[in-house]
Amino acid sequence: MTGLRGEAAIVGIAELPAERRPTRPPLFTLDQYALLAKMVVEDAGVDPACINGLLTHGVAESAMFAPATLCEYLGLALDFGERVDLGGATSAGMVWRAAAAVELGVCDAALAVVPGSASLPQSQRSSPSGPNWYGASSNNYGSPQAEFEIPHGNVGQNAPYAQIAQRYAAEFGYDPAAVAKIAVDQRTNACAHPGAVFHGAPITIDDVLGSPMIADPIHMLETVMRVHGGAGVLIANADIARRSRHRPVWITGFGEHIAYKTPTYADDLMRTPIARAADKAFVMAGLSRSDVDAASIYDCYTITVLMSLEDAGFCAKGKGMSWITEHDLTHRGDFPLNTAGGQLSFGQAGMAGGMHHVVDGARQIMGRAGDTQVPDCNTAFVTGNGGIMSEQVALLMRGD
Amino acid sequence: MTKELRPIPEPTPVSQPFWDGLSQHRILVQYSPSLARYVFYPRTLAPGTLADDLEWREIDGAGTLYTYTVARRPTGPPWADALPQLLAVVQWDAGPRISTELVEVDPSDIRIGMHVRPVFCDLPETGITLLKYRPA
Repeated sequence: MTGLRGEAAIVGIAELPAERRPTRPPLFTLDQYALLAKMVVEDAGVDPACINGLLTHGVAESAMFAPATLCEYLGLALDFGERVDLGGATSAGMVWRAAAAVELGVCDAALAVVPGSASLPQSQRSSPSGPNWYGASSNNYGSPQAEFEIPHGNVGQNAPYAQIAQRYAAEFGYDPAAVAKIAVDQRTNACAHPGAVFHGAPITIDDVLGSPMIADPIHMLETVMRVHGGAGVLIANADIARRSRHRPVWITGFGEHIAYKTPTYADDLMRTPIARAADKAFVMAGLSRSDVDAASIYDCYTITVLMSLEDAGFCAKGKGMSWITEHDLTHRGDFPLNTAGGQLSFGQAGMAGGMHHVVDGARQIMGRAGDTQVPDCNTAFVTGNGGIMSEQVALLMRGD
Repeated sequence: MTKELRPIPEPTPVSQPFWDGLSQHRILVQYSPSLARYVFYPRTLAPGTLADDLEWREIDGAGTLYTYTVARRPTGPPWADALPQLLAVVQWDAGPRISTELVEVDPSDIRIGMHVRPVFCDLPETGITLLKYRPA
């Protein structure tokens, strides 16, 4: 199969500590991007002049022309400028696009950086826009969501994910304690990762099941805490990777699949897009599921992790709950998962939540995960998930 | 804080027949002869094939409950006084699925797979009717 040759690597990583309330001064997203860019370049130990690629989800200060605006602001002329619009799959989608551009020789080194703080300087002239409760739905005239979802209250994330979980329960059964264990094991990881918002706050399965029901069957401790943060990586060619400071994290396989926008219209809601994406990634990388030393799976909700584990092929469909019960998902365990806490316990820094998983996987392969380091970690599997499990990306990363 | 009004759908040139149908308590859905199936929501071209053969046909709207949730926290400010929200996806016997709400049912009696039938909810002074569902 054609695909990546594994000749582009993550050479620098950065992730700001998660904060429930910002202690850092408000920064425009342009400045957040610049700060994180500086951090990944310094982490890699390379000359910023080698950067000629840039990926962005967009900047709050400019609705359009985001790559050019960032190019000008950072003073970095670009041979590759890309905007990625895949929700929570944006970051993983950035990584394979950057790797492909590097391997094709389109650029030598590319920034994939995602600001993650909603604390922005406020204009004294115009009042800030009100909170946008439409979330990932569009209420613009002519939008299918404006016409067929929002009027029924089918909006936001909690209720649509809960609808997926209810269907899962009807088809495969549901063990609330097994699903809650995902959150518990990830909290154990967060307690060993100082940047996590829930560092120092272990929880039990009873805590999860005793937390308020948000939308049946999803409890509060199975949802993410919104935090201020930000994360990014620098992806570079082999020449730069060899000169960089850390063990290069080669991108050897990927897959991406976009299946729908609103779960109501999924052809098969119980087979999530990661199934196809993961199959492509493993074939491209020439790896098996059993080769994975650490996994970082997008975890906006516990049900997302459960279905991703099954559909990405780590356990049989419908068997995920017993599989989770039989495996230790902590950094010390036999299937280290979301070793920095995941978004459930590190916190979700907005759009940067997806980059948390990229950084988690890369940090493990670089051998820089501190107390959560998985011994001999050479292969990491990372996913991104956007919308309501509607668009998903799989990545495989390898160390030499 | 001012109370947010419930969002009211605004028919478009593409979807007008669907909303006109609902206001007459009839369910008009597009059908593609080349696909040999119904299509929802309304479009100008058939999904997948982009065939230009969509035509409006009437269905009875009977279906089964595909999935649902009982939202204990409002999904948005307009529903702060409407808890719990019974958000549902109904699979029409005619084929497509539709996002809707369940009415006239106790949350504990909701079962995936149960038969449901349409309830036409006229929104006063708007000309809009929402299609909700109740147990058959």
